[in-house]
Amino acid sequence: MSGHDASDRTTTGHDTTDRTTTGHDVTGHDASDRTTTGHDTTGRPTADKTMTCDEVVGRLRSGMTLGIGGWGSRRKPMALVRALLRSEVTDLTVITYGGPDVGLLAAAGRIRRLVTAFATLDSIPLEPHFRAARESGAFELTELDEAMFMWGLHAGANRLPFLPVRAGLGSDVMRVNPELRTVTSPYADGEEFVAVPALRMDAALVHLNRADRLGNGQYLGPDPYFDDLFCEAADTAYVSCERLVETSELAKAGPPQSLLVSRHSVTGVVETPNGAHFTSCVPDHGRDEAFQRLYASTPWDEFAARFLSGPTEGDYQRAVRAWSEERR
Amino acid sequence: MSAATAVTRAEYCVIACAEAWRGDGEVLASPMGLIPSLGARLARRTFSPDLLMTDGEAMLVGPDGTTVEGWLPYRRHLAMVTGGRRHVMMGASQIDRYGNQNISCIGDWQRPARQLLGVRGAPVNTLNNPVSYWIPRHSPRVFVERVDMVSGVGYDRAAAAGPSASRFHRIPRVVSNLGVFDFATADRSMRIVSLHPGVTLAQVREATGFPLALTGVGDHAGDGGSSGRGSGEVPVTREPTAAELRLIREELDPRGAREREVPA
Repeated sequence: MSGHDASDRTTTGHDTTDRTTTGHDVTGHDASDRTTTGHDTTGRPTADKTMTCDEVVGRLRSGMTLGIGGWGSRRKPMALVRALLRSEVTDLTVITYGGPDVGLLAAAGRIRRLVTAFATLDSIPLEPHFRAARESGAFELTELDEAMFMWGLHAGANRLPFLPVRAGLGSDVMRVNPELRTVTSPYADGEEFVAVPALRMDAALVHLNRADRLGNGQYLGPDPYFDDLFCEAADTAYVSCERLVETSELAKAGPPQSLLVSRHSVTGVVETPNGAHFTSCVPDHGRDEAFQRLYASTPWDEFAARFLSGPTEGDYQRAVRAWSEERR
Repeated sequence: MSAATAVTRAEYCVIACAEAWRGDGEVLASPMGLIPSLGARLARRTFSPDLLMTDGEAMLVGPDGTTVEGWLPYRRHLAMVTGGRRHVMMGASQIDRYGNQNISCIGDWQRPARQLLGVRGAPVNTLNNPVSYWIPRHSPRVFVERVDMVSGVGYDRAAAAGPSASRFHRIPRVVSNLGVFDFATADRSMRIVSLHPGVTLAQVREATGFPLALTGVGDHAGDGGSSGRGSGEVPVTREPTAAELRLIREELDPRGAREREVPA
């Protein structure tokens, strides 16, 4: 697998920043004939949106509303979340179908408000740090139903203030979110629905299998989750990917409908091999169940000291490999 | 395992769960948890062959569990719920006499004593497609007078929320390790449909935090089909057929995981 090589590249300092300055991109092509923005005479889009995890986080500010793609412990942009933990960015409103992204951010005290329908590690039903944070009243919660959340994303992506849904009526979602309103159908049926407000974000973070430098993102697993909607519902969107490829490679890697995220909705692209670790990112890698068990059973300070205290994503990946080798 | 081996409590539970999908036709069976999964697969392999099922991820698969016949990622799954062509069997950390269910948290929502999953899709499920429940450990801590956070909507709350809420609302059955229950009463409160063999009425009442209605007590007096075993007062969960038992034991769960979820 080229994964380790690429990860080492990051850790040895040959990250995308250095690549830009030395004029060599990840595929080894000379980049000196390419402008970094604008267009060339052939009419091809040439805006190179590649950046590093830390550059993405450098564009985030405390107090922002942040959307995070994936679902539960599946295809989460964990490298970007880890970069966020290395920064001072805090006081976030986080919108996500929650998994360990919520756990990490909650344990580190970065969440002011969480908007979600659940937080789970899938194979481990209850997310331990989400749970601890809720039980200590560490952040505010907007608890929505899974479908309400989805239609909120659609509203956000479609510049609508709300979309009507049947879900929520009669449930305590209405009690714990007193700001929710209902609408009455203007047609003969006259039915009453919940008006789910648009979920809009300052920034969205998603992780995909492949992407090109322009920001086109491709998923190769069975489920797109809602990553395209997150990107479209956000003012800025950042795609991390297992592997950065030439645009011409995308259509060869999967069917047309695997081209989930389109560059018009993407601000930055980061190549982060194994960047969804320890969540699943099939077919590139499955969930690291052993490591997830370790995460769920280790006190936060101890876990953070061992795996999250280094200055780069490469330090994390190396610490995981060292732990993995110890177990053999 | 010989065919002569006595039917276990877990196997009665599988049968009782399977019965939830009888007559459903061409709808998605969404079982959550091991026993409901065995029940749904059993129903599909026997009396409800038209059911659709997923592989637990995004694929619709055939009865062998591997042949892909369709694609159902979360976005289509959530949209399918509102079309109603689905019958889900969820779990419940708490459930009350009208079928309000809680999987979100225990205690005050503002600062829960125990945070659980969150409401997940329980609100959309209960208002749009039939929702049954599976409760592996029937106790007064689960069968409560009032749930702490209404995730799945019960009959009283659906009615109070108006015609939009009750239009497609239906809770066909609740299956526990002690028996089968439904809401086919005048006030839509929970009643006993059947008890699993070996379970007494006193036992289930003691394990339930609210009064349970009985299935037409007078009608069933002297009913030969329910005599002898169980309470003698209420119907007994039906026996599996020899073919069903073979499927459960040899094909669906040869390693006997069901016996760990519901010990004998």
